[in-house]
Amino acid sequence: MNVWQFLADFFVNVGAWMGELLSGWGLSPFWVSLIVKVVGGLALAIGPLTAVLFLIWYARKVIGRIQDRMGPTNDGTAAGPFALLQAVADAIKMLTKEFVFPKERDRVVFLIAPVLAVAVAVAVWAVIPFGPQGMQFVDLNIGVFYVVALASLAFFAMLMAGWSSHNKYANLGAFRAVSMIVSYEIPQMLALLVPVMLAGSMGMQGLVRAQEVPFIVMVPVPALIYFLAMTAEVGRLPFEQAEADAEIVAGYFVEYSGMLFGAFYLAEFINNLSASFVFTVLFLGGWRGPWVEQAPVLGLVWISLKAFLVFTLLTFFWGAMPRLRIDHILGFSWKFLTPLALVMLVVVALVDKAVQAAGLTSPWGRAGWLFLANAAVALVTVALLYRAERRQQAAREARRFAIVR
Amino acid sequence: MSQYALIGVYLIIALIFGVAPPLLAWFLSPKKPNPYKGEVYESGIKTFGPTWIRFKPQYYLFALAFLVFDVEAALLLPWAVAYLWLPLYAVIEAVIFILILVFGLVYVWRRGWLTWM
Repeated sequence: MNVWQFLADFFVNVGAWMGELLSGWGLSPFWVSLIVKVVGGLALAIGPLTAVLFLIWYARKVIGRIQDRMGPTNDGTAAGPFALLQAVADAIKMLTKEFVFPKERDRVVFLIAPVLAVAVAVAVWAVIPFGPQGMQFVDLNIGVFYVVALASLAFFAMLMAGWSSHNKYANLGAFRAVSMIVSYEIPQMLALLVPVMLAGSMGMQGLVRAQEVPFIVMVPVPALIYFLAMTAEVGRLPFEQAEADAEIVAGYFVEYSGMLFGAFYLAEFINNLSASFVFTVLFLGGWRGPWVEQAPVLGLVWISLKAFLVFTLLTFFWGAMPRLRIDHILGFSWKFLTPLALVMLVVVALVDKAVQAAGLTSPWGRAGWLFLANAAVALVTVALLYRAERRQQAAREARRFAIVR
Repeated sequence: MSQYALIGVYLIIALIFGVAPPLLAWFLSPKKPNPYKGEVYESGIKTFGPTWIRFKPQYYLFALAFLVFDVEAALLLPWAVAYLWLPLYAVIEAVIFILILVFGLVYVWRRGWLTWM
């Protein structure tokens, strides 16, 4: 095996090499596979933590530019070229800050919450496929369900933090987080059913393999619903009610200081990143791209690039969107996204069966018909929204002139 | 090893990564507590009134609606996985199931429980 062959499937080859080395030392196969997996898991878990150090800098820079500022710079500081090490410096500062505890906190819960937040954020990465085979920690056959379950756990961490702080702002933040995340989980789950249906698999690897045509082309409307629900789930603007720094300071984590605060900040960014990765797997074709068959390592490059684009979009939202009011947010989920997701589910189910019955099994033929169905639903939705808006406007005008008279 | 054992191993690793930063900070950070640091932040005034109040009943209505639809989605997941191999009547049955739940949504909507008060 020459160097290029080794590099082409780098991660699998390193794993195999380590396995051979360990069995050469006379360990039993069980321990060999366990140790290889633990080392792989450690390497995988370090991934999001280091990526976040870069992404915090990136997000701050992007938002700075949107707001006509420079963002972090290295003028007079030791933050490196373009202030690339700014996040590292922040992390070091946070490590040396004192923990300030509120007096009447619920001691145990107060400490568990940040740990749970980070652990849950890191745990999602176990099922993300970074390449064809072997480049995923475990291809869980219910991968999608695992991701959704962990998202609910992340919300438990918020609730625990908000409740245990014994602070009114934190309490308000927790209340808002409860109602918002609970509401947006419904459209998210319903939109998630569509790719699962089209792929016939809940495993992440199966979902990627089914996407000869990326699902965002096949079913753009569920993709949009999922993207919006996901934005709410990770608490990005315009759905930032749980934190809302201008109203309730920082929401559920006001009372946290030092690295405990840092843990929540970290968890938030990791959640953003892993949500981008999950969206990539569900709708953008995951690790698919040119030359992946020859060099599986490229899968990591493609999926990271796509996820980075999704993350950038989230950051643009962060920089450019206003914060919606809580009743608007809840209404948007229950009265718009949920009905639309239900309609999409029915339409996709029926159209795809009809396409199957008509014998159009080529991927692009199927994609075309599904896309047309999606476009039709989107058009009808826009027309209905337009009519409702016109009607409301008329009602408003009528009320206004009634007062004048 | 089975998939779930591996997930268990990874969850332990994730937990270690959750515990490590605060623990490290605990060793590095200064510890100078005083009674004023423990005060709850409330825009600079002393906190008054109870903090651990009850949730508004409004939240329960949303929670109930959430429960119905979440269970529905969980029930539809196995159907979605099997969808490609299902005959037409099974698909139509699922559509009827969804329609019953749409009726639930319409009911909640008409009762005005989806309007924030």
